[in-house]
Parts: sequence; structure tokens; C-alpha cells
Amino acid sequence: MKFYLRLFTINLKSQMQYKMSFWMTSLGQFVTAFTSFFSIQFIFMQVDAVDQFTYGQVLLCFSVIMMAFSIGEALGGGLASFSYIVNSGNFDRMLIRPRNIIMQIIIPHMDLTRIGLLVQGIIVICLAIPLSGISWNIGKAILLIAMIICGTILFFCLFLIKATVSFFTIESLDFLNIFTYGARQFGRYPLSAYGPKVLWLLTFCVPLALIQYYPLLYLTDRGSSLWYFCAPFLSLIFAFPCYLFFRIGLRSYKSAGS
Amino acid sequence: MIEFQNITKMYRVVKRQAGFGNAVKALFSREYETIHALNNVSFQVADGEIVGYIGPNGAGKSTTIKIMCGILTPDSGNCIVNGRNPWRERTAYVREIGVVFGQRSKLWWDVPIIDSFELFRDMYKIETKVYKKNLEELSTLLDLGELLKTPARNLSLGQRMRCEIAASLLHDPKVLFLDEPTIGLDAVSKIAVRKFIKKINKEHGTTVIITTHDMQDIEALTERVLLIGRGKILLDGNIEELKRRTSTEKRIDIKFVGAPPAICAGMKCQEIKQNQMRISLDPHILSVPDAIAYFAAHTGLTDISVSDISTEEMVAALYKEYDI
Repeated sequence: MKFYLRLFTINLKSQMQYKMSFWMTSLGQFVTAFTSFFSIQFIFMQVDAVDQFTYGQVLLCFSVIMMAFSIGEALGGGLASFSYIVNSGNFDRMLIRPRNIIMQIIIPHMDLTRIGLLVQGIIVICLAIPLSGISWNIGKAILLIAMIICGTILFFCLFLIKATVSFFTIESLDFLNIFTYGARQFGRYPLSAYGPKVLWLLTFCVPLALIQYYPLLYLTDRGSSLWYFCAPFLSLIFAFPCYLFFRIGLRSYKSAGS
Repeated sequence: MIEFQNITKMYRVVKRQAGFGNAVKALFSREYETIHALNNVSFQVADGEIVGYIGPNGAGKSTTIKIMCGILTPDSGNCIVNGRNPWRERTAYVREIGVVFGQRSKLWWDVPIIDSFELFRDMYKIETKVYKKNLEELSTLLDLGELLKTPARNLSLGQRMRCEIAASLLHDPKVLFLDEPTIGLDAVSKIAVRKFIKKINKEHGTTVIITTHDMQDIEALTERVLLIGRGKILLDGNIEELKRRTSTEKRIDIKFVGAPPAICAGMKCQEIKQNQMRISLDPHILSVPDAIAYFAAHTGLTDISVSDISTEEMVAALYKEYDI
């Protein structure tokens, strides 16, 4: 633990070396995120509800995804640039250290500028909680927190998958962004809005709906099934195949010539 | 004890001809070529040995080292070092080895060396007492002193290499892998590094595997060399034996005044400069004392030296012999 803390401090120091740049990037993150917020505003100037979800409820969706994504991306920043780590051969030196590989990838590369995105998420969720018209109780509060935490893990897993693919190919993998950045965009609205086929896909393949649509049904009293309450926790199962995929990728790591 | 058993490692490399047309074609269909980086390679190294691993570029040296370090997983075969398998028990295994890649730094670029060392201390969970003792010993032997306070990026290559070697020995590894440790170093640093490796091997009984293109490294450090070419171990043996095996020829350098000497049977003139001559001698035809007597009698001889062929030449001859 001491080692990881030290590694983190080194990273923090080097990011803070350029203080101005750090705060400007964070501010930039904060401002750009407003564009998606406004797009929701504009849509609700035309309609009253999306798939029967009200303005406040959609905002709740939006902020949960935003927070989960920003924490997931801040943690998984090293995974996003992992293909660079592999292709430059820097991965070799992680492998000769007696420590967990994933921790070694993420800790020195955490992208703390995502705090801009997170702050926006927090502001929006503060607006949305009273606006959503949900009758809050302790169970629902726990569920909301679970949505954010499990969502963070889900986004982290998606970044992990993208990183793992760079073991197999050195090609550009931008199309995989559909699952990471794309998921953030989709997730702004309740996923049922995209039709049953997409909902099925986002339940059983990439379990985004488990941290968004189903718990939202429970929160808004559209369904009281225990399944809906447990959905975010079930999404954690997704982490196992992801980790397995990473282990398999590790075996076919080719290193760079020297 | 290192056991490398029947290891095979293949790479698939995309084959593409030059030119724009072929580049476009490659977008749709690819031809792959399979390269046997290692083809059923086996060898053993006993504890406390220093082994030189030589071969031309692309022969499979780095692949072997990387497999032994747990970086690469071979396609087939098994490797046991200190009773462990490098890729199956990676974390437990790498705790007991030290690795130096001459071409790649393991120090943190922006922080003083001592900070990097402290990170290694936490990373390997080295006890404070052991760490202090090792740090002191290493900084005396490698003359680190002031360097410890300097960030890695401000060090010269030779200084940094000394720090790299120290960093890989902080945790008392049983086996030390050195991949071209003297590349790019000046003469003084090279000698210092060689001396140090020898000392560590002697005093701590550390097993050392070294790959290099610098034959002086091999000569100074190792008794046993492994020659690898096209993914196979071609030779495994003592360096003096190899020399004798490759060539029994002697080399004679003479300096003289006046006319150059005539050459007799068994000699071959290799180079002639003003007042200097290099001759290769086949001792089966003319013995060395006879040759010296011959020159003494027929030339205004001022200086003479007799030597075996150099390791460099021997290796070049071996590469040629095996066509690698």
C-alpha cells in the first residue's frame, strides 16, 4: 500500500508541476460537459418527457452516468493510453516488478483533471434529486450511491477491455470508443428510449442498463421488484470476464524489440 | 539454478512490400510470416555461474532473456528459475531476480535517484536494515555519492547505468539478468561495471546472465558462453576452448628497420605498413619459436608480439561458420 501511495504522489507532483495547465484542463472539462447538459435542456423545451421519464429524472440519469464516467476515466486514464505504454516497450518494466500489473498501470497515470467533469456531475445531481419527484428513503439513497459506484467499475472495465485489445494488435482502436465515450453519450437518457433491442444489448452484453435503467425504475416506483434493486450489484459480474480477458491478453504480450 | 527446457517462441510478422499500392492492398488482406525467435531451446545454468549469451542481432537473445524475466510467455516448453516458473508465478518470481536493460531505464525520470531507490524499497518490501546496508555497500562500490541526489534525466549514460545496476541489486536478487549493460559506455565506466559484476558474483554468489555485443565484456567476465543463432543454441562452452576450436592460428606483429622480411612457408602476410607487419602463422607448419628465430635472423627486428586471434574475430568466424 505504501508503495502505491508513493507512486501516486509522484504522479500527483508531476501533474501539479504545471498548475495552470492542470486547472485550465479541469475547467475545460467542466465547460465542455455543459454542452451535453444544454442538449437535455433544449430537448425538454420541446417535450415534457422522454419515454415517460420527466426532466428531473433524466437529469438524475445524466448525472449518475457523468459521475461514474468521470471517476472511471480518472482511475482508468492509464488504460486509455495503454496502447502507448505497450508500443513504447514501457510495459516490460512493469512486468519485472513484483506488484499487481493493473495497479501499476493505473496509479501512475490517473488523470485528475477529470475532476471538472465530476464537479459538474455533482452539481447536476444536487439539482436533480429534488426535481425528480422521487420519494426518497434510505433504501433509495443506497441504491443511488450503488448506481454511481458500480457504474464507475463498469466504465473502468470498459477501459480495461480497450486496453487489453492493444496486446493483440498495434492498430488504432478508436472504434472501441463506442463502448466508453459512446456509453457516456447513450447513458444521458434512460436506455429504454433507444428501443427494446438496444436495451437487451445493454443489459446482457455491456450491462450499462443495470446501473441506469433498471435501478431508475425502482427509484421512480415504476417497478418494485428486488431484481431492479439488485441490478447495479449484478453488473459487477461483468468484471470477471473482463479480468479474464486481460489475463489472456497478457499471455500474448509480444514486447517491443530492443 | 536455471533450467530452460525445450522453449519455442514464434512471432507472426506482417509481410508487406514497399509502395502505396501494396499499402492499400494490406488494408484488405494480409500476408503473415512466422518467425521462430526460439526453436526448441534448452540449456542449464548452475548457481553462481556467469554466462555470456552471444549471437548476432535478431538471433533470439532478448527473447530468451525476456522469457526468463517473466515478460514473455513462450508458445511451448518450460522454464524453471530458483524453483519457480517465471510467467505463472510472476510476482513471487521477480522478487528474486534483478534485471538491467541497457537500452531501457527503470528509474523514474524526474525524481532524484534516491527517491527511485526508496520506491524500489517499498516495491520489493525490503527491510529497512537490509536496505540501508545494501545502499551503503552499493553506493561505495559504484561510487554513487552525489549522484543519489540528482534526477535521472540529468545524469550521463555511464552514471545512470551505475544507478540502474545498483537499483537492480537493492533487494539481494539470486539471479541477475544483464541485457547489454555496457552499451554506449565509455572505457572507464565499462571497466568499472565489469569489475563490479565480477565482485558481486564472487561475494554474493549471484548467478549472472549477460548478453552483449562487446566481446571484451565476455572476455573479462565469463568463462562459459552460449552462442545462439536463428533461434537455436549453436555452441555452449568455455571461451578458451572455443577459440582453440575455431582457429589454431597465431598472430605475429613485428616492427623492424630496413627492408621487410621475406615470408616463408606457414606464414601469411595480412597487413604491411611502414616498418610494421602483421602475419598469421599456422603453428602446424612452422612452430612459434622457429618463426621468431626466423625473423630475428632475417630482419632488423625491433619488436615482436605473438597472440591468439581476438575474441571478436573468433565470434565473427563462428557467425560465418554457422551462417548466421
